[in-house]
Amino acid sequence: MRWIHGGRVGRVSDVRSSGGAGVVLALERLNVTFESAHGAVRAVDDLSLTVGTGECLGVVGESGAGKSQAFLAALGLLAPNGRASGHARFGSVDLLTLRQPELDRIRGARIGMVFQDPMTSLTPHMRIGDQIAEPIIHHTGASSKEALRRALALLNRVHVTDAERRMRQYPHELSGGMRQRVMIAIALSCEPDLLIADEPTTALDVTIQAQILSLLAELKRSRGMSMVLITHDMSAVAGIADRVAVMRRGEVVEVATVGAVFKAPQHAYTRELLSAVRSVEVATGARVVALARDTPALELSDLRVNFKIRTSPFAKQQTVVAVDGVTLQLAAGEALGVVGESGSGKSTLARAALQLIRPQSGRVVWLGRQVDPMAQSALRPLRRDVQVIFQDPLASLDPRMTAAAIIAEPLRVHRPDLDRAGTEAAVIRALDLVRLNRELAERYPHELSGGQCQRVGIARAMVTQPQLLICDEPVSALDVTVQEQIVGLLADLAREAGLSIMFISHNLSVVRRLCDRILVLYLGRMMELAPAVSTYARPLHPYTQDLLESAPIPDPDVQPARLARALLGEPPSPLSPPSGCVYRTRCPHAAPICADRKPAWEAAEDGTRSVACHRWRELTL
Amino acid sequence: MVAGGVILLLVVAAVVGPLASPYAVDSLDWQHLAVGPFDSGSHWLGTDRLGRDLFVRTAHGVRISLVIGLVSTAISLVIGVTWGATAGFIGGRTDALMMRFVDVLYSLPYLFIVIILTTLFERGSLPVLFCAIGAVGWLTIARIVRGQTLSLARREFIEAARATGLSTPAILFRHIIPNLMGPIVAYATITIPQMILFESFLSFLGLGVQEPLASLGSLINDGAQEMQSAPWMLLVPAGFLVVLLMSFNLVGDALSDALDPRGQGGSRE
Repeated sequence: MRWIHGGRVGRVSDVRSSGGAGVVLALERLNVTFESAHGAVRAVDDLSLTVGTGECLGVVGESGAGKSQAFLAALGLLAPNGRASGHARFGSVDLLTLRQPELDRIRGARIGMVFQDPMTSLTPHMRIGDQIAEPIIHHTGASSKEALRRALALLNRVHVTDAERRMRQYPHELSGGMRQRVMIAIALSCEPDLLIADEPTTALDVTIQAQILSLLAELKRSRGMSMVLITHDMSAVAGIADRVAVMRRGEVVEVATVGAVFKAPQHAYTRELLSAVRSVEVATGARVVALARDTPALELSDLRVNFKIRTSPFAKQQTVVAVDGVTLQLAAGEALGVVGESGSGKSTLARAALQLIRPQSGRVVWLGRQVDPMAQSALRPLRRDVQVIFQDPLASLDPRMTAAAIIAEPLRVHRPDLDRAGTEAAVIRALDLVRLNRELAERYPHELSGGQCQRVGIARAMVTQPQLLICDEPVSALDVTVQEQIVGLLADLAREAGLSIMFISHNLSVVRRLCDRILVLYLGRMMELAPAVSTYARPLHPYTQDLLESAPIPDPDVQPARLARALLGEPPSPLSPPSGCVYRTRCPHAAPICADRKPAWEAAEDGTRSVACHRWRELTL
Repeated sequence: MVAGGVILLLVVAAVVGPLASPYAVDSLDWQHLAVGPFDSGSHWLGTDRLGRDLFVRTAHGVRISLVIGLVSTAISLVIGVTWGATAGFIGGRTDALMMRFVDVLYSLPYLFIVIILTTLFERGSLPVLFCAIGAVGWLTIARIVRGQTLSLARREFIEAARATGLSTPAILFRHIIPNLMGPIVAYATITIPQMILFESFLSFLGLGVQEPLASLGSLINDGAQEMQSAPWMLLVPAGFLVVLLMSFNLVGDALSDALDPRGQGGSRE
């Protein structure tokens, strides 16, 4: 038994069979159904799975596969209209037969849970320390002083920096990654036998995702903790899981060791999931765009956007520089990727480029026409050519309008000449363009899946036949398989319609398939701008290199080592950016000069690319 | 559903009732002064001190109360929603100015305003009553709508509409206000009974509807004076008032649920 607790030792874990010694949780013939207005819907169908001691089981599948519901059912956390049958054996007890108070003694104490959204899973009005201490007091009866002491130790263990101060802070004062660490600390607070993490990294940047996965891997290694990692992303489990269960429509289609699943997938669906995560690695971006061909689709020169904020009602107003001197040209027909972590100013850049917010200084030129945000009404006719797609597919659609009405909306403004039939025809063309079933046109956004909603969003943008499309993280809220479809769709549109695209993402590998050039932003400043091929082949800026390293790779042989090297730390507060080069606080290559002087924006490699780094000439990354 | 039926029944009773009864609202029956309900064959709910049929008068009272409730709510809705949504959506200095104006009106003792209005103009005239009551009611609606608009305006579909090139009024009326329908309807259905109550209160004070017309408030006022000798004079209009107000409150709850398209069907993962 001892070697099992050692966790991943070579490939020992790969040979352990599922029914072997020391099973922590066994789901047997688990069924979950939901009562709905349209009859009973089966979410989980005759599911049997085991989690061994010290094992990490990855459960992978798209939204609606029932992967979360299976484990929520085991914990008695189903929605009120849900029913579960079968067995969920945890040690000697069957969780499904337990009553509420008995379950409460197990949940949180012996089974810890981490959910997707770290903001909504934390109570907004409680200090971090108290939130971690609460389950300790509740389950172990420790005194509050003792519980707080243990809470502090837990925060240190999940590598929360400045833990003493964090204890007294409220959830909204923490970044997403910090909150997720706090959630993990809470889950660990009572030394559980099993940790269930439900999409713990989906809401996070790739850099932070790598950190959180690395933390989970470390916990598994050091404590031999059993773990269930539920995710839609095959590459997320590659670095940490021992076995992987692939789920589709409530059923497990394949269970095998992580090596077997990635190297010799048996089921067609597993291969489909794998090809979705692998396709992003194949860069098609060899398109050479003649830059000076004709009028650029978008020109930004020395764009600067400030926000004035007050941290408390009595504090002095402070200025945050969200976008700091961005200059770029987007050629007609070109796809430009803008990449950076949260807080890098990439969404602000998009909004300023769209003239939805007013830049402090700098020029914005759409298709050769300089635009002025003060003259919104003069802008209106130009907006026909410049459209946008947003990150959250559901939130970007008016919940009270049908898909058809949403798509027809821009036509009301830009094509008042169209009659009802003409509008309808245009809507149908747009639906076909985004490959959305025409029958879905009369549905409301909440009746559509995330991918379908995003297609409606794209159809709305495309219905006026624009020349420039600005996409603000259009796929980061979607399943990996759907991401691949949407990126593919955008790539096709760009090619067929000669569309120029500005594609914003936190993940370098997502933009790889689509973009011709890539701009890397950090704290509002340009770090590197280069043709996509060169960015991936030979990054010049250390930050680009770190971003490349953070993106998970669906290869269980390489990924654990990559996780272990995960970029440390988080971006500093934009309220007080570091002096000199803003990246120096996280840069492994920082030298004294980096703190003294702001690096110049220098052309490199015959002017095909530019970089802002003091040391790019001497570094080989 | 039941509450909706009750409202419908009351409306029908208020409109048709007086026609079915042989008595007019102001006809005096000297043979039956202050008789109790069911004591005399043709006065179903009895008569008042002057021999006027209580059923007919209550039906009239319901009619007037309903009209006042609906019209003044409509007035306050139109003003309040437009005001609040405009302030919330435009924001900045406009917002501050518009909302301070609301605050100023709020801090005036509205009862005095109403009293002054009703004395300046003809006492008991219905249009004056509508305006007086509506002018008070829109303040709260404006505040609620502004708050909701502030949170809506940050949502991505509003940004999408702006990026599409929709003008500000178009965004207000096509995207913001329809999405506020839930809270607006819920608040309106609470406001209707409040308005009815407020009117009753004014009538009770003698500032509202004047004789020979009757509203529920003035009937309750009359009844209260005879409470010890003829309790039905108080209980009949009061009973109608309670049932009416409760029905509106229940309907409001149901409507705000039903008007939300997300409320239909089961939950989704």
